[in-house]
Amino acid sequence: MNSLRRLGQYVLDSVEGLGRASLFFLEVASGARKLIRRFDLVVQQVFAVGVLTLLIILVSGLFVGMVLGLQGYNTLSKFGAADSLGLLVALSLVRELGPVVTALLFAGRAGSALTAEIGLMKATEQLAGMEMMAVNPIERVIAPRLVAGIISMPLLAALFSAIGVLGGQLVGVGLLGVDSGAFWSQMQSGVSFHEDVLNGVIKSLVFGVVVTWIAVFQGYESVPTSEGVSRATNRTVVYSSLAVLALDFVMTALMFK
Amino acid sequence: MIQRRQLELWVGVFVAAGLLALAMLAFRVGNLAAGAVTNGYRVEAEFNDIGGLKVRAPVTLAGVRIGRVSSISIDPSNYEAVVTMELDGRYNNIPVDTSASILTAGLLGEQYIGLDPGGSSQYLKNGGRIQVTQSALVLEKIISQFLFNVASKPGAEKKQ
Repeated sequence: MNSLRRLGQYVLDSVEGLGRASLFFLEVASGARKLIRRFDLVVQQVFAVGVLTLLIILVSGLFVGMVLGLQGYNTLSKFGAADSLGLLVALSLVRELGPVVTALLFAGRAGSALTAEIGLMKATEQLAGMEMMAVNPIERVIAPRLVAGIISMPLLAALFSAIGVLGGQLVGVGLLGVDSGAFWSQMQSGVSFHEDVLNGVIKSLVFGVVVTWIAVFQGYESVPTSEGVSRATNRTVVYSSLAVLALDFVMTALMFK
Repeated sequence: MIQRRQLELWVGVFVAAGLLALAMLAFRVGNLAAGAVTNGYRVEAEFNDIGGLKVRAPVTLAGVRIGRVSSISIDPSNYEAVVTMELDGRYNNIPVDTSASILTAGLLGEQYIGLDPGGSSQYLKNGGRIQVTQSALVLEKIISQFLFNVASKPGAEKKQ
């Protein structure tokens, strides 16, 4: 009986949390309209969430591309199709790995930082202080971070895919001796801009919205203690990783038939 | 605290690099550049069977890609497939009695249209029609024909 009650409480809490997150999102979205006049706030946040994430994205992209080159070559050469290595590397990166791995890394690097920052602002009563000065913290603090996340994610994903293709070329052409012309021409004839590249960009846009939304919401809702902030940061990484993977499956099923 | 100008510079570099990467994905990795036909013209051809031909498949002349398939439809009057091709405007001297056949790249590769130029001094124009066509070879049909031939040989019957 007691466990049933706890289940019900858990479900009600989750639904309530989802509702609060949606209302919060609407509030932030309406606050974001006023950012056109204060675009410098967004630029500052693009630096914090985008530029500072650049290094980890570039290094991981390079290595993921190189590993794809090695593994793909091993399998493809069994079928005498090593010339298609470029196509394999490019399609895997542009369709799946680019958007997904970027979003996971972004959640770990930038999302957790956003949650911790906002949670600490709340714990040290900076947000309450802003409200006292008639500054809306949603417009001043939250909205620029959300917009910056949405701007940064597709750019980071594109950089990840591009450097991954270069990494695959480095291993495939440089190390394993795949013909450079076949590598690029197979890639170009097999990768469609509208179906593959654009869908990858749409994916990463969606991930940008979801990951940054979860991060700022968890920060804003965190219990204003040091333990509460740490738990909120933890939840940001777990929830956004799960959301990214689940949404990726749904979008892949819808996009690539 | 990082200087304001430096911060803006870094953001500018980041956004520019991101857009550059996107452009590379579009033109170097993807087929946006290859798919574009400059001031092209359209010609039609009717086929009995197009096999696995798809929209955007290449159209080649002597093995050189000179255009792509822009649409495929059915002619309701005679149930033949009408393939519209968009050819590059640079190659505007293709004779009207050119023949078009659907070929396969490799044994199991992608299908494409190969043009075989005729000898006429009149050239195909926008909206023109290629009269002589050869349909795709469908592997199942060839195999069943082959099996049928083997089975109908007198030697095969004796063995049974």
